[in-house]
Amino acid sequence: MQNKNYILQLFSCMFLMLLLVGFFQSWNLALSIFNLCIISAIMSLGINIQWGNAGIVNFGVMGFAALGGLANVIISMPPTLNAWEEGGILILSGIVTFIISIFCSIYLWKKLNIDKKKKYVITSIIIATSYFLMRYIIDIPILTIESIEPAKTGYLGGFDLPVIISWPIGGLLAALTAYAIGKIALGLRSDYLAIATLGISEIIIYVLKNEDWLSRGVKNVNGLPRPVPYEIELQSKQWVIEIAQFTNVSLPEISSIIVKLSYSFLFIIILIGILILLEIALKSPWGRMMRAIRDNEVSANAMGKNIKKRHLQVFIIGSAIIGIAGAMLTTLDGQFTPVSYQPLRFTFLVWIMVIIGGSGNNFGSIIGGFIIWFFWIQAEPIGLWLIAFITSYVSDSNLIKSHLLENAAHMRLMFMGIILLVTLRFAPKGLIPEVKR
Amino acid sequence: MDFLNGITLIANYIIIPGLTYGSQLALGALGITIIYTVLRFSNFAHGEFMSFGTMTSILLTWLFSNLGIKLGIFPTAILVLPIAILITIFYCLIIDKFVFKFYRQQKSKSVITLIVSIGVMFFSGGLIRFIIGPGDKNFFDGERFILKAKTFKALTGLNEGLAIKTTQGVTIILTILLVFLLFWFLNKTKTGKSMRAYSDNQELALLSGINPEKVVLITWIITGTLACVAGTLYGLDKSYKPFTYLHLVLPIFAAAIVGGVGNPVGAIIGGFVIAFSELFITFAYKKIFYYLLPYEIVPNGLLQILSTDYKIAVSFIILVLVLLIKPTGIYKGKVI
Repeated sequence: MQNKNYILQLFSCMFLMLLLVGFFQSWNLALSIFNLCIISAIMSLGINIQWGNAGIVNFGVMGFAALGGLANVIISMPPTLNAWEEGGILILSGIVTFIISIFCSIYLWKKLNIDKKKKYVITSIIIATSYFLMRYIIDIPILTIESIEPAKTGYLGGFDLPVIISWPIGGLLAALTAYAIGKIALGLRSDYLAIATLGISEIIIYVLKNEDWLSRGVKNVNGLPRPVPYEIELQSKQWVIEIAQFTNVSLPEISSIIVKLSYSFLFIIILIGILILLEIALKSPWGRMMRAIRDNEVSANAMGKNIKKRHLQVFIIGSAIIGIAGAMLTTLDGQFTPVSYQPLRFTFLVWIMVIIGGSGNNFGSIIGGFIIWFFWIQAEPIGLWLIAFITSYVSDSNLIKSHLLENAAHMRLMFMGIILLVTLRFAPKGLIPEVKR
Repeated sequence: MDFLNGITLIANYIIIPGLTYGSQLALGALGITIIYTVLRFSNFAHGEFMSFGTMTSILLTWLFSNLGIKLGIFPTAILVLPIAILITIFYCLIIDKFVFKFYRQQKSKSVITLIVSIGVMFFSGGLIRFIIGPGDKNFFDGERFILKAKTFKALTGLNEGLAIKTTQGVTIILTILLVFLLFWFLNKTKTGKSMRAYSDNQELALLSGINPEKVVLITWIITGTLACVAGTLYGLDKSYKPFTYLHLVLPIFAAAIVGGVGNPVGAIIGGFVIAFSELFITFAYKKIFYYLLPYEIVPNGLLQILSTDYKIAVSFIILVLVLLIKPTGIYKGKVI
């Protein structure tokens, strides 16, 4: 039996902390932490359904989140028309040729009834020739496209649709990729799977960093459209001015608070929607089956469950959720920066959230996302304060003291490590343990 | 002559850097493989152990330089390496005592220990950045080159130069030495044999009176040594930045898996496979074709298979391919 009061207490503690940040630091900061907390919570829900309910180790969070971000660019940016005229079609057809040839080689691999060595030779020849064919087709159009106003565009652009559509599309993109990865890697043992997914997500990031025609690579895509009004527009509205006068807060601050609040509103809707769907799925026979597979693959297999298919299914669902969260994150940032995708910040931090919150429990993942993101941001001021407190008897000119103060910001990694290690040692089930059903 | 020029070009841009980077990867992969076979988990914290070793080397190098102790044409870091190794081993043992020991005694699943090692990774990363800061540190001193490109050109009269950096020479020699020592230890000494027995079958090893605590201790001593040397050599060759060592973990894992996890020979081969394929695939062949073919046939463009930006991604692509085709790796491993 789940203790509802306990969960409520945890969540109210969390909100109290956010309120304290609001009162003592600033409401803007509190709200931006809150928004990112929600996104982190959604990401950890995605990992939780994979790890907590199916026992799949997915270290590819970073890649799926980046694909969600890419969806933002593809959906919402205006198309670069002359880029399409110059050779957009050629690039797409080149890539499609390559993908078709891969499918052909997979088909041949399955159908051909010959020696395995010959099979390797044939498939590798097909893939290699089609790769060089693709390079032959796309190399020149890529150069021309990238030279079209490289400071502003230099890429194909998007479809100029409302940015909110990119959230489901980001999920879809992540799901498609997850299907391919799952087909390749899900048969592997758990730690190999971890390394493989981490490697694949790194490959995705490398592609996004270097293929300038797709998303401008390291030059970033700035000025993504927003689903909410801009601060400048709000500042000229009568009701905003009235609120500012009423609360005695400056106009720019109140407008940015309103923008953040509307983001929070959108995000909360998505979070609650995903949470409800997941709860229903996990309470249903399907969820029981997933847990049965997790706890004992052999006997689940003996009961006639198709383990490979179920694993693939849950891998796709979880990755799609991460993709949605990634798309939301990029929308919130207003820009797509491939360099910002780091395994430490995305993959491993999200894993810490799931473990701390309690793997196998959706509410646990949410509270884990909130707490860990909160401390990830607040570790810096806390660390500074801690060091200043410890060294308060030392004079300010002391070299060691200034060195410590300088590097105090890096305490957050140490904090996270210690939190994870302590949790795994003394409360391996996390803050809100899985419900015994 | 043209042919010799082409060979020199390949030697300068592929073979020597490949041997160096391959040695560094091989040393790292050996550490991971040994932890995997004896303690049965994938150690994600290995990159941070390497980073820790490098950091101690740097701090000691600074200390020694301040005292005025130098090693002539060789970098001071080589001189301080033994002390740095001892400190790294000490750190590994402390981490083992407070963290990994518990899970070993619990006989936890290897995935759980893997996640624990991520915790260690975070902690160590934070500790290292806290001590030395996140910035770039160059701690190379001494003579820069063993063989300068100019000297080589003057000696042979070729158009292309061949340069060997001191760090490259030191890396290759130290790696050969260390690998030789390791294999001698594992195959010839009694302790090494007991370690192999333990990794092969724990229960049987216990029955034959092998002390597991001792085996674990020696495993960490070997790992600490390998991590410290690999990290220091990498840092000397490139430059030291705590951040890069996190990203080094994956190529190292790739090397270990490509060679066959649990097989030391495999780890070494894997390291070189990864290093050379990174260089071969991202090398621009244009110049070589100019030397080898008539001028008119050579097509335009750089003639790269993949652009240089994808250098590190190549190791991941190979990793994925190996996992797809032959998950056991080149040498089927499990026994040391």
